Amino acid sequence: MSILSVRNLSFRYQQATVPALRDISFEVESGTVTAIVGANGAGKSTLGYALAGYIPHFFKGEMQGTVRVNNADTRQTPLASLVTQVGLVFQNPFNQISGAKLTVAEEVAFGLENLGVPREEMTMRVQRALELFGLDQVANQSPFALSGGQQQRLALASIFVMEPPVMVLDEPTAQLDPVGTREVMESIVALAQRGQTIVFMEHKLEWVARLASRVLVLDQGALVAIGEPRQLLARADEWGLNETRYARAARLAKARGLIAKDALLPQTLEQAREILDL
Amino acid sequence: MDIHITDLAHSYPNSVEALRGVSLDVPSGSQLALLGQNGAGKTTLVKHLNGLLKPTRGTVRVGDWDTREHSIAQLARRVGFVFQNPDDQLFKTRVWDEIAYGPLNLHLTQEDVNTRVERALEACELGNVRDSHPYDLPLWQRRWVALASVVAMQTPIVVLDEPTTGQDAFGLARLVRLLEFWHAQGATVIAVTHDVDFAVEHFSELLVMAEGRVIARGDAQILANEQVVKDAALDAPQLMRLARALGWQVLPVTPKQFVEALASH
Repeated sequence: MSILSVRNLSFRYQQATVPALRDISFEVESGTVTAIVGANGAGKSTLGYALAGYIPHFFKGEMQGTVRVNNADTRQTPLASLVTQVGLVFQNPFNQISGAKLTVAEEVAFGLENLGVPREEMTMRVQRALELFGLDQVANQSPFALSGGQQQRLALASIFVMEPPVMVLDEPTAQLDPVGTREVMESIVALAQRGQTIVFMEHKLEWVARLASRVLVLDQGALVAIGEPRQLLARADEWGLNETRYARAARLAKARGLIAKDALLPQTLEQAREILDL
Repeated sequence: MDIHITDLAHSYPNSVEALRGVSLDVPSGSQLALLGQNGAGKTTLVKHLNGLLKPTRGTVRVGDWDTREHSIAQLARRVGFVFQNPDDQLFKTRVWDEIAYGPLNLHLTQEDVNTRVERALEACELGNVRDSHPYDLPLWQRRWVALASVVAMQTPIVVLDEPTTGQDAFGLARLVRLLEFWHAQGATVIAVTHDVDFAVEHFSELLVMAEGRVIARGDAQILANEQVVKDAALDAPQLMRLARALGWQVLPVTPKQFVEALASH
């Protein structure tokens, strides 16, 4: 069953002359990990807003087509209800932090408080989220005293704790160091294994190749390709994506006749090893 | 303009000891990438260069100025700073005005200001949004507005805090062109970045920090040291890791180096 269903979605922001999204259609199956890639300005964040219902409920503009979450049309469903279905983690973690809470733990609890979750359960869920995202040591600090990377983990934790069936993560590791990136990516895998549906926007293609079962490529507002990661990412330069160094080295190696011309470009270390370890 | 940092320590009011004794000389014209885990003290360190932070111990000299003796406004003439979060520095209602603000405060003629703004708009591909409100632009483009405002200042020292964040291939290419421009101008560039692959390809010198200290300094080969990489919560460059996995003795860094090495195996 498709947990997300997008049909002929178009959207133009109110003041814009050019549409941000153009006639996009796709389905996302429950429990899958889908990556959305594309050059900046392609519409990744805008699509994220549409999946979470911020378009049309918060961002003004002209929307056409439909987005259904668990079969509910986002246009007909109040945002208060949609946020329990789709948790969106913004690209800029500084925007996610409420500013209403004095400590990291309270910030993580904020959403649960608003849902009226009983105290004991709330404490447990908050603790689990803090640990999962490596924030238990800073639980009593002010959210604004955290480093950029810590703030990004806080944004992730505060949405994760709400346990929405769909999580949309807009460049969730942009502020993180390589180890932090790996930890968040591993959390995503763990969530997916528990049946969570994850959609994430990402520039780091190695992780897209590792985590996503399906990739959507956006280009100037249009969905130009859907498919299996390794195949699509081989065309990275067509779409302004950041090719992995594995792929770039393989390209050069092909040009030098060092590997077979028809070999599919590797996007991860493991894939590169396979090609070279003969 | 040289930078001399001597035994710099900094503790935040909540008593987090972010820097624990950093000594560093950065000669004029250097291009340095600053790497390290989140919380290692990279941003704390670079914020001392334009006076946003003052030492709890030690000294920071920017040229002949001790930063404790100069205001942020004064230091802004010597050190251009692009924040990790562009929204921390954007405050004008029009992109053009944002970029012009710094040069106007340098008391240049209007003509000179216009020239600088136009050049910065072009270098940062913001020409078609010059009249836009910065906050109407997407985050990735707001980053470019912040960069443009520093380009227009033409300072001898430029600090970029995580400029690679959220960039696509076009953005990274544009960033590389900016780095080349600054290099040609003889400006000192210090960039904090998590993108190890970008750092090794575009910076001749790397500085690695962990827990408030500098733990390594040198060219890309310092990342062949697994302990350094581990302590700094980094990854070695992708191709270095691949070469290691293939059991190679010499670890190449860039795609070109890798393919050369592949040919000889």
